Amino acid sequence: MDFRSSDTITGPRSEDVLPTTATAAVKVVIVGGFGVGKTTLVGSVSEIRPLTTEETMTQAGVGVDDNAGVESKTSTTVAMDFGRISLSEELILYLFGTPGQERFWFLWNGLFEGALGAVVLIDTRRLEVSFDVIGRLEERGVPFVVAVNTFPDAPHHPVQALRTALDLPDEVPMIDCDARQRVSSRDVLLTLMQYLHSLAVPLA
Amino acid sequence: MSAPRRERRKADPARRDPERLYVITGDPDGERAALDLVTMVVSQAEPSPTVQPEQAAILRLCRAPLSVAEISAYLSLPFSVVTSLLTELLASEQIESRAPVVRATLPDRSLLEAVMHGLQKL
Repeated sequence: MDFRSSDTITGPRSEDVLPTTATAAVKVVIVGGFGVGKTTLVGSVSEIRPLTTEETMTQAGVGVDDNAGVESKTSTTVAMDFGRISLSEELILYLFGTPGQERFWFLWNGLFEGALGAVVLIDTRRLEVSFDVIGRLEERGVPFVVAVNTFPDAPHHPVQALRTALDLPDEVPMIDCDARQRVSSRDVLLTLMQYLHSLAVPLA
Repeated sequence: MSAPRRERRKADPARRDPERLYVITGDPDGERAALDLVTMVVSQAEPSPTVQPEQAAILRLCRAPLSVAEISAYLSLPFSVVTSLLTELLASEQIESRAPVVRATLPDRSLLEAVMHGLQKL
């Protein structure tokens, strides 16, 4: 860890500075396996170049080594890329892309708590990496939609076959997307919001 | 098991020592303010000459609202270190924080409609 002199800290570019009215932030988490296109999706809709925040996880080496009499800790750095969309003068949406491996993201206290919802980004060539992610979101009661990132060489599966493979409840939306395209990524987020809206209880 | 504790020192930007994490966070097991990755932070004061360099950098960065995640990214410091620094600045009222709008048990349709409206303009 090396802290740069505060004179050399580069803050936001002048065009990225938020107005003083920006007081309300919401977050959405993009989950998916390595290389599935999370950062691409975040980058295609973000108004800022995606930034990276990290956390150092320290865990006791339980059940890994025979360390009787020796206190042992292992430390892992977990990095997350994120982007930002100013929805209005007051309301800011942050998008966090997080690795699908459960051992990483469950350590982020508060990442999912308070998030509006999640997008599970999948690659049909490696569907199985998303099984655990979807299960964990269900356990935690985090509403999510599934976005299929369409890679040119990926096999095309009928929607119903994918839904069956993922054991998705009928009400959970699944859509195709091209994470490189701003409009396509935007539509994924809109699909999530429409789904959340359908789950919301109308005000009495 | 408890981590070894060190006496707090004045941060020295010239040092390149992994232990500096403990230097700048003070007590690693200390109380932290409830800060989310997307809690918005705004400075209430200009940095005084006595403030730590990292905290001075935060006060400068947050002249306009900035999320905790962005502060962490621009400072290249882990989230937990940043929340510790912010806790002290909050206690001394040098910054103000605004909690994020979270998903309540019963989600707010007007909030979701505001998000959709903003996305449709992209």
